[in-house]
Parts: sequence; structure tokens; C-alpha cells
Amino acid sequence: MEIFVSQVLAGLGVASVLLLIALGLTFTFGQMNVINMAHGEFIMAGAYTTYVLQGLLGASLVGLSFLISLPVAFMVGGVLGLILERTLIRHLYGRPLDTLLVTWGVGLMLQQLARDVFGAANVQVKTPAWLDGGLTVAGVTMPWNRLFIILLVTAAVVAIWAFVNKLPNGRQMRAVMQNRPLASASGIATGRVDRRTFMIGSGLGGVAGVAITLLGSIGPTLGTSYIIDAFLVVVVGGLGQVRGAVLAAVALGLLNAFVEYASEASIAKALLLVAIVAFLQFRPQGLFVRRTRAVA
Amino acid sequence: MTAISDGEAADALLQVQGLQVVFDGFRAIDGLDFSVDRGEARFLIGPNGAGKTTLVDAITGLTRPEIGSVRFGGEEVLGKREHEIVRLGIGRTFQTPSVFEELSVLNNVDLAASYRRPLRSLLRGPGKIDDRVVEVLETVGLSSVMEQAARTLSHGQKQWLEIGMVLVQEPQLLLLDEPVAGMTKEERTATGELIQRITETRTVVVIEHDMDFVRRFASRVTVMHEGSVLTEGTVAEIQDNPLVEEVYLGRPRDARGAAPAAVGQGGQ
Repeated sequence: MEIFVSQVLAGLGVASVLLLIALGLTFTFGQMNVINMAHGEFIMAGAYTTYVLQGLLGASLVGLSFLISLPVAFMVGGVLGLILERTLIRHLYGRPLDTLLVTWGVGLMLQQLARDVFGAANVQVKTPAWLDGGLTVAGVTMPWNRLFIILLVTAAVVAIWAFVNKLPNGRQMRAVMQNRPLASASGIATGRVDRRTFMIGSGLGGVAGVAITLLGSIGPTLGTSYIIDAFLVVVVGGLGQVRGAVLAAVALGLLNAFVEYASEASIAKALLLVAIVAFLQFRPQGLFVRRTRAVA
Repeated sequence: MTAISDGEAADALLQVQGLQVVFDGFRAIDGLDFSVDRGEARFLIGPNGAGKTTLVDAITGLTRPEIGSVRFGGEEVLGKREHEIVRLGIGRTFQTPSVFEELSVLNNVDLAASYRRPLRSLLRGPGKIDDRVVEVLETVGLSSVMEQAARTLSHGQKQWLEIGMVLVQEPQLLLLDEPVAGMTKEERTATGELIQRITETRTVVVIEHDMDFVRRFASRVTVMHEGSVLTEGTVAEIQDNPLVEEVYLGRPRDARGAAPAAVGQGGQ
């Protein structure tokens, strides 16, 4: 029983990181049909943002610098996304495979840039003291850093829901993704909405990077290990569907945790992929059918 | 035949000159001159592929013409972006009913209105509706269904909603692309009367195939053929014009014989 609970908690921990990354992709991939492989490098940039801020503010202010990192990493990811959208992606709308190749190249360049600036070796980001230790319930300990990530992703889901459903900007975004010519004819500056949507999605990648610093050391190729799994979450959840992404992330996280416990990591990965391929055979549209590309 | 004298041009709200739109070498619009005066209800007819919708697309910035000029109230609109042209005061509907299916009827109209009053729509408390939006919903007869998702509307209601979304932007010029296509007889009459009411304060250009509808509601008719204007005139003049008959029937005048008058009977 203890093992069961601890595996569930481990699964939820994996799920929350995946979901945080997948939320960004829900915007750029799910809404805009852009396969942004450089999203992984936006995550990496967010992680290094935490590292740099920690260096600037010193060892005594680890907690403060970590909290400041969240909004700053959002801006770093967002601005990187904005530059990418303006210079390359806006010329490639409607050509998802081309965006994949182009952004993969951009991702490699960003990795090399990180290597040049920070060195090829992994660096360690200190965890704030208040995230040390864990919460022990019924003999099972859940580390605070994992709980914090779950809290962070919950806040992100709520914020995205409110943005999309309650704010005029979110409604404009839904309008553009539902019917672009009609949105233009309704006086909406669709180019600006594209920029904003891509910026938010990329910014969420930066935030995910901050969260990942809590889980271990970080390096230039940090993003690549997460990005494929995150795309899987978006596809399984149904494109552009936040609730689908939530369910898919939890399902994949749990599945991964249990299979990994029963066998080993690489076999778990293989079995997971087989399960996803089988699932998509029966339900190619993902968990949630999308009538339109509304985030809901 | 279609030359615009300088005297007419002075009153023109919309003036299209020498317009050319080319798709992969095909001249969809070929040297077209077209002008609409303030307060007109101008009907645009012509066989399929004549370039009617392409003309509307070019005026509204959806299609980029090769050469030519489109002046609206004296200002050149070619080269402007779609939303900029909307904000100048040109509104349009689409050939297939285009509404935001997942949004409520109210939200559709409110969204179309929002670029005019971004702050007001943000500051307005939840549940409060803009007066102008209420008025438009009333005008197009959709007040009773405003809470419903737009996808639940009937075909005719969607077309009215689309007209409402244009009206709420308070454009000087409305371009309606086949507003009564697929409507019942009653709906057509209601739409025609709606267009008449709109024309009291605004200028309207209507693309329409239904000649019965054109006869009832048009003041002037422009006939397009192969990307340019064939002729222009009152409904009676158009019906009596043998050229018009010819392009609709697609055969030379001499071989026409006892062919029925296309314009007189078409589109029933």
C-alpha cells in the first residue's frame, strides 16, 4: 500500500512537470498548429534564468531569487518566442512540418549558445530552503518541491482558463483560432493575436524551466528530454484542449511511474509509446474531440 | 459603358479603378472600374466565376490585387490590413455563413463591437451588455436567442447574426455576399427589409443570384462578367439588356432564338 501511494505521488510529480510544458504547447501547437521543437530550449532558457538570477542575488537570497525567476523566466521565454514568431514562424503558418524542421534548427542553435555561455557541463541550481524536506502523510513522504510544482501547475491551469474564458484578449484568441477571416472582418488585428498567443505559450515554457531546476541539475540539452513527452501529452489530450492535457498528463505520469517500478526506465518508455500508439489507433483525435480549436 | 465621369466620382463613397487580381495566371478581376455612391443599395450580379466575391475580398484586404486602386471616402485602402479597413468603415459578410460557432450569439456581436470600445468592454461589469449590442440584436431579430451558442442557430439566423456583427461596427459601407442564399421565402423578405432599413443610414453592396430578390430590393444593379463590369443600370435596364442575357446563357445572341429570358426567370 505504501509503495502504491508513493508511486502515485511520483507519477503525479512527473505529470505536473509534463503538464506545465504541455500547457505552453497547447497554445503554440494546439491553437496555432506550430510544431515548435525549440520549445524545449525555451524551457532550458527558463532554467538558466533561475541559475543566473541566483548568481546575481547571491546564496543568501535563494528563496527570493527563485520566486523572482518565475515572472522573469516567463518574459525570457515569451520574448524568445516572440522573436521566433516574428522572424521565422509567421512565414510558415499552415505548414506544420516546415515549422518542425525550422524550429529544430533554432533549438540546436540555442543549445549551442547555452553551451558557449554557460559551459557544456550541467550546473546545479540551489533549491530554496523552504522547499527542503517533505510532507509526510500515513508513512509516505511527498517532497515539498514536488508539491510546489503541483501547486504551480494548478495555478497555471486556473490562470490560463481565466485568460481564455474571461478576458477580452482570450476571447479574441479563440475567435482568431476558430475563424481567421471572420476575426479580421470583425476588426481584430489577427497578427497581434498570433504574436500574443505564441508569446504566452513560449513564456509558459520558461516557467516550466524554473520548476525543473527543483528536480536536479540543468544543462543545455535539458529541454530535449521533456519535449517529446510533452507533445505526446498534447496529442493524447486532444489538440488545444487544456482539460485533455490535464487528464493525459496525469494518465501518462501514473502509467510511467508504475511501469517503471515494475521494470525499468527504458522499458517503461517503450511500453508507454506502445500504449500511446495503440490509443491513437482507436482515438486519433485524442481524449477530447475538438469541435473547434477552442481552449476549454 | 462603365466609364466614371468626374462629376460622379466626387460623390462616390467607394471608387474602384483599374483593379486587377491574378490567381496563378488567371485574371479573376481584370481591369475593373466600379463606383458606389453614398446611400445606395447596389446589387452586384453575374454568372459564377465573374469575380464578385473576389472584388469584395480585394476591397476588404483579404486578397491582394496586382494593380489598381480602391478609394473609400477619398482614401486609398489597397495595401491596408483587413482589420484596418474594417476600422475605416467597411464591413463585410461571407458567402458561407461565418460566425464564431462556439461563442454565444451575444458574444459574437459583442466581440465584433469590442475593437471600438476595448476599455468599455473590459470595465463593464459581468452580465452588463452594451446598449449598441442590444440594439443590433433587436434589429436582426436575435434578441430571444442571444444566450445560445451560435452553432445552434438555423442557417438563416446565422446569416442575420453575421449581418448584425457587421452592423455593430457601424460601418459606412456594408458588403453583403449572398445574404439570402438558402433562406426561406419569409426569411428573404425579412432580410430585404432589413437591408432597406440599413440603407437609410448606410451604403450597402449586395452580391445576389436571386433575381426575384434583386427586382424587389435593388435600386441600381451592376452586372459582372469575366472579371470586369459588363453593364450597370436600373433593374429594368438590366433585364432589357441582351448582353446580360447572353452572359447568363453563355451562347451568342444570334443563336439565342426562343431561349427564355435568363434574368427574368433566374434564381427562383
